[in-house]
Amino acid sequence: MYLRRKILSRMSDAWMLITLAMIILLPLIIGVALYFRASGLLQNTGLIHLLGTSEWLPHEKKFGFVPFIFSSLYVTTLAFAFSAPISFFAAIYLTQFSHGRMLKIMQPVIDILAGIPSVVYGVWGILVIVPFVSKVVAPAFHFTTSGYSILAGGMVLAVMCIPYMLNMLVESFLTVPQGLKEASFSLGATAWESVKHAVIRKSFPGIISSFGLGMAKAFGETLAVMMVVGNMVKLSLNPLEAGYPLPALIANNFGEMMSIPMYDSALMFAAFLLFIIIMAINLIFRYFIYKTQMR
Amino acid sequence: MTLDIIKNIENSEILLTNCIFEEVEKNETILKIENLNVYAKKEHILKNINLEIPKNKITVLLGPSGCGKTTLLKSLNRLTDLYKELKVSGHIFIENDDILASKQNTSVLRQKMGLLSQRPYPLPYSIYKNVAYGIKLKGIKNKKLIEFNVEKKLREVGLWEEVKDRLHSSPESLSIGQQQRLCLARGLAVKPRIILADEPTSALDPVSSKIIENLFKELKKHYTIILVTHVLRQAQRLADHVVFMNYGEVIEQGSSKEIFSNPQTSQLKEYLIEGN
Amino acid sequence: MNRFKRIEELVFKWICGIASYSLIGILGFIIIIIFVKGFNALSLEMIIEAPKGGYYYGGEGGVLNAIIGSLYIALGSSLLAIIIGVPAALYINVHLVRYKKIQNIIRYLLDALWGIPSIVYGAFGFSLMLYLGMNASLLAGIITVALLTTPIVIRTFDDVLDTIPKGLQEASFALGSTRSETAFKIIFKQGFSGFITAALLAFGRGIGDAASVLFTAGYTDLIPKNLDEPAATLPLAIFFQLGSPNPLVRERAFAAAAILTIIIMIISILARILSNKYSKLNLNN
Repeated sequence: MYLRRKILSRMSDAWMLITLAMIILLPLIIGVALYFRASGLLQNTGLIHLLGTSEWLPHEKKFGFVPFIFSSLYVTTLAFAFSAPISFFAAIYLTQFSHGRMLKIMQPVIDILAGIPSVVYGVWGILVIVPFVSKVVAPAFHFTTSGYSILAGGMVLAVMCIPYMLNMLVESFLTVPQGLKEASFSLGATAWESVKHAVIRKSFPGIISSFGLGMAKAFGETLAVMMVVGNMVKLSLNPLEAGYPLPALIANNFGEMMSIPMYDSALMFAAFLLFIIIMAINLIFRYFIYKTQMR
Repeated sequence: MTLDIIKNIENSEILLTNCIFEEVEKNETILKIENLNVYAKKEHILKNINLEIPKNKITVLLGPSGCGKTTLLKSLNRLTDLYKELKVSGHIFIENDDILASKQNTSVLRQKMGLLSQRPYPLPYSIYKNVAYGIKLKGIKNKKLIEFNVEKKLREVGLWEEVKDRLHSSPESLSIGQQQRLCLARGLAVKPRIILADEPTSALDPVSSKIIENLFKELKKHYTIILVTHVLRQAQRLADHVVFMNYGEVIEQGSSKEIFSNPQTSQLKEYLIEGN
Repeated sequence: MNRFKRIEELVFKWICGIASYSLIGILGFIIIIIFVKGFNALSLEMIIEAPKGGYYYGGEGGVLNAIIGSLYIALGSSLLAIIIGVPAALYINVHLVRYKKIQNIIRYLLDALWGIPSIVYGAFGFSLMLYLGMNASLLAGIITVALLTTPIVIRTFDDVLDTIPKGLQEASFALGSTRSETAFKIIFKQGFSGFITAALLAFGRGIGDAASVLFTAGYTDLIPKNLDEPAATLPLAIFFQLGSPNPLVRERAFAAAAILTIIIMIISILARILSNKYSKLNLNN
C-alpha cells in the first residue's frame, strides 16, 4: 500500500515536471524551429539585405521586407495613437471618478469584448470602418480610395486593443492604495491633482507596460487587420493607401508558398521576425511589471 | 537677503501665534460636532454624535475596533466624500464654519487639518518634494520660501538631521517610522489647525512610536490633535481629553483624569480592565 | 483656488468622462452591428445544415460544419491544454513553493508566451506538421491551438493557486501526504474556481482563434468524423465566406459572426458565474 502510493507519487511528480519543462522550453523550440525553416532564405540572401530592401518579387527570389515592416509599424502606431488616450482616460474615469458600481458593470463587459475573436472585429471593420474611410475621411482630403487602407487597419486595431489595454490599466490603477489618495486629498489637493500626482505617478510603470503590451498585441494581430488593410505591397506615408503588415503577409500566402522556391522560407522568416520582435517587447515590459510588483 | 526677510516674517508669525495661544482661555473649543450621523447603505455607522474638541489639547478617541472612530475622524475633513456609499448628516463647526455644508471648498477646508494615517503613505516623489507638495498646494511658488519651509517642517518633526543629505532620494529608502514622520511634516506644511491621527503608530516599532508620541506632546503647543488609538496605554500617556466610543455612539467623554480614574459606564469600565 | 487650477480640474474630468462614454458607445456599436447583420441572416437552416454547393459559391445551407469543427477544436485543445497545464501549474505552486525566484522566472516566461500572436503559433504548428509528416487536419489544429492555450491555462490557474494560504500545504504535509497528493487532492480542490476560469478561457480562445488554424486544420464543407480529416472552424468560415462574390454566402458569414459572438458571450458569463460560485464554496468549507 505504502509502496504503491510512493510509486504513484513519484510518477505524478515526474509527469508534472515534464509538462512544466515542455511549456518552459516552448519559446525556445518555436524560435529554433522557425529559424531553421527560415535559414534557407537567410543563407541565400542575408539578413541585412532582407531587412534593408523593399523589392518583393518572389518569382525572382527578391524578398525585401521593408514594405511589410513599415506597414506593421504604421498600423500599430495609428492603433496606439487612437486607443492609448481613450483607454487611459477611461480607466481613470472608471477607477477614480465614477461610482464603484459602474466599474463593476463595466468589468464583465470589457472581459467579453476582450474575448471577442479578431475575425469578428474584422467583420465590423468591413461593415463600418471601411465605408467610413472611403465615404467620409477620404473625400474630406479629396482622395479616392476603396477604404481598405492603413487607416482602416489602424482604427480596427485600436478598437481591438482598447479592452485589452483598459483591463491592464484599470488593474494597475486599482493597486494604488486608498491611503495614498486620502493623504493627497487631506493636503488639500483636488480630485484631478490627486490623480495626477498620486495615482498616475504611482502606477506609472503599470501604465507604460499596458501601453507596451497593447502595442505588441497590435503588432501581431492578424485577421482583423488583414481583412481591412488592403494587402498591397506599397511604401507610402499616406494612411489612406493600402498596406501589407507582416502577419497578413504570412496568412495570405500560405496556400501557395510551397509552389514557389524560397517562398516558404521567406514566410517563415516573417513569422520568425514577428516572434522575435514581440517576444522582446513582451519580455521588456513584463520585466517592468514584475519589478514593480516585487517592491 | 530675501531669505532673512522671509525668516523674520516666519519667526514673527510664530511669535504672534504663540502670543495668541497664551492669551486664550484654557478650555476654548476649536471643533464642535452636532448631531453627526453617518450611514453606509443600511448600516448606521455613527449615531448622533455631539462633541466639543478643546483647542491645543490632545483628544483621544478610544474604543474597540469597528466602533466608528476612524469614520468619525474621516468625516472631520470630509474624506467621507471619497466613499460614495457613505451618507453624512449633521454639522461640524470649525470656528463657526460648518465643514459639512455642501458649499464648502473642500480643498481649503482639508488644509485646516493634517491627516496622519495608520501606515505612512509617501507620495511617489522625493523626500523634499513630498513636503514641498503641501506647500505648493498652499499657493506658494517662491522657490526660496518653499526650500525654507521644507527645512522648517522637517525640523519640526525632527527628521531634518536624518535626511538632509538625501533630500532628493525616494522616501522608500527611509524606515517606516521616518516615513511616518515625513508624512507628518508634509501634513504640517499646509499649516493646519488640527492634526487628525488615525492610529499613527500601529505600523511602527516601539522606538519610532515613542518618537511620534513625544512629537505629539511637543506639537500640541501649536496644534490641536485628535488621536484615534486602541492602545490604552498610549491613550493614558497622551490624552488630555478622552472620548470613549462603542457601536457608533459616544459612551462617555471627559478629561483624561476623570475617564481613567473614575469611569461611569460599565462598558468603559470593562474596556479599561481588559485593556490593562 | 486659482482659476487655472479650476479649469484644469474641469477639463480633465470632462476628458475622462467623454473617453469612457465614447468607449462604451463604440463597443456597444460593434455588438449592435454584428447582431443586427447576423440576426438578419440567422435561421434554423444556418445552424443545422452544412453548406451546399461549396462554401465559396453555393448559397444554400448553413454553417453547421464550422460550428462542429470549432467545437471539436476548442474541446480537444482545451483538454490537451488542461492535461499539460494543470500539472504544470500545480508543480509551480506546490513543488516550487519555496523557490520564489524560480517561480517568478517561470511566470515571467509564461506571461511573455501568452503575448505571442497566434499567427506565429500557426506558422510553428505548420512546421511541426510538416516535420511529423501530418496533413492539415483536426488533430493538427487541436495541437496547434493547445500550444497557444496552454500558457493561458497555466497562468490563469496559477494566479488563483498563488492566493491559497501556504499553511494549507503545510497542514497537508503534516498529515503525511506526499507533494503530488497535496497538489492534486488539496490544492487542486481549493483552487477549483481558477481551474474553471482557466478551462473556459482556453475554450473561448480555442473557438475564436483563426490565425493558428488557418494552415493547420484545413477547411472543408463536410463535418469531420476523424482526427485526421480536415475541419472547418467558425472564424475561418466567416473569413472565407466574407470574400465570396455571392451575397448569400456573405450572409452566412454574418450569421456565423453572430453565432461566434454569442458563444463567446455565453462562455464569458458562464466563467464569471461558475468561478464566483466555486470560490464562494471554498470560503464556506
